[in-house]
Amino acid sequence: MLNIVNKSPLERNALQSCIETGTGGAILLIEDGVYAVARGNSFEPTLKAAMGKFKVYALAPDLEARGIADRVMDGVTAVDYGGFVDLVAEYKSSQSWL
Amino acid sequence: MSDIKKFMFVNRKAPYGTIYALESLEVVLIAAAFEQDVSLAFMDDGVYQIKKGHQTKGIEVKGFEKTYGALEDYDVTKLYVDAESLAARGLTADDLTVPVEVMSRAELGKMMEEQDVLLSF
Amino acid sequence: MKFSILVNEGPYTHQASDSAYQFAKAVLAKGHEIFRIFFYHDGVNNATRLTTPPQDDRNIVNRWSKLGEEHKLDMVVCVAAAQRRGIVDDGEAKRNGKDATNLAAGFRISGLGQLIEAGIQSDRIVVFGD
Repeated sequence: MLNIVNKSPLERNALQSCIETGTGGAILLIEDGVYAVARGNSFEPTLKAAMGKFKVYALAPDLEARGIADRVMDGVTAVDYGGFVDLVAEYKSSQSWL
Repeated sequence: MSDIKKFMFVNRKAPYGTIYALESLEVVLIAAAFEQDVSLAFMDDGVYQIKKGHQTKGIEVKGFEKTYGALEDYDVTKLYVDAESLAARGLTADDLTVPVEVMSRAELGKMMEEQDVLLSF
Repeated sequence: MKFSILVNEGPYTHQASDSAYQFAKAVLAKGHEIFRIFFYHDGVNNATRLTTPPQDDRNIVNRWSKLGEEHKLDMVVCVAAAQRRGIVDDGEAKRNGKDATNLAAGFRISGLGQLIEAGIQSDRIVVFGD
């Protein structure tokens, strides 16, 4: 499944719940969700640990808009909106963790 | 419409503070009318949606606790609740207004993986 | 592949509507089909033609109308959610005795069944909300 998360993990538990519940597949961070992949944020160890189970992507235009495109942690793939579409197509279903 | 799909409605938000729980329920009833394979998942603050004993007179908002009880009449009987979310809120299945299946996050995740359509509001 | 999109938030307050629009454009650019875009909750406010954003800002409503027209998209506003929030077309105005309409070009008002049908008919459905 493609899990789509649009909330900062420092403000809401959407990403935490997604990581604990999901069986695998991919996580795409969009909107405020992209703060999760900024190097040095306090959620980094949790997200790093989840990388064994999920492939992690972040939406490049949202990273750029927030000034954090140059500090994306290792193991995260940045994609544009076209890449977002490809991910939705690749996985059988998607879930938005609103 | 020939085929039946598995629709899961994932409820992670508390009722009344926002309209999502109520309008989610409205979609559930329509999905049931379309004779789809419908299930509901309650996790995080979504478990408060089915906490028993809503009395909404004081806030002058229509209560909809009874609607969860009516889901059975629409053949919607797959109600899954995340055990951890209940425990984190000091609740047990006895506090809920409808019979549900309480399960671990891992089990709930497997259920989600089996769905064709996952709707969240 | 056949996509549908659900938009749960209105314009400007949340990024959801912008994200949904950019996603819809990318879906079409990739050569996929959009079966339906369904607007629910405050998402119905994407369909009021009475918005006037500042000139240097994007016009979210007009942008949807234009995309809808260019690609013959089926953009459906939930009737129950629209009635709650005052999104009105001619039929609704007549039925409910309203003295004005505000539904923007390219949108139509219909029931929640349209969302379920989109789920049934589409290969993928993506939800944008808060």
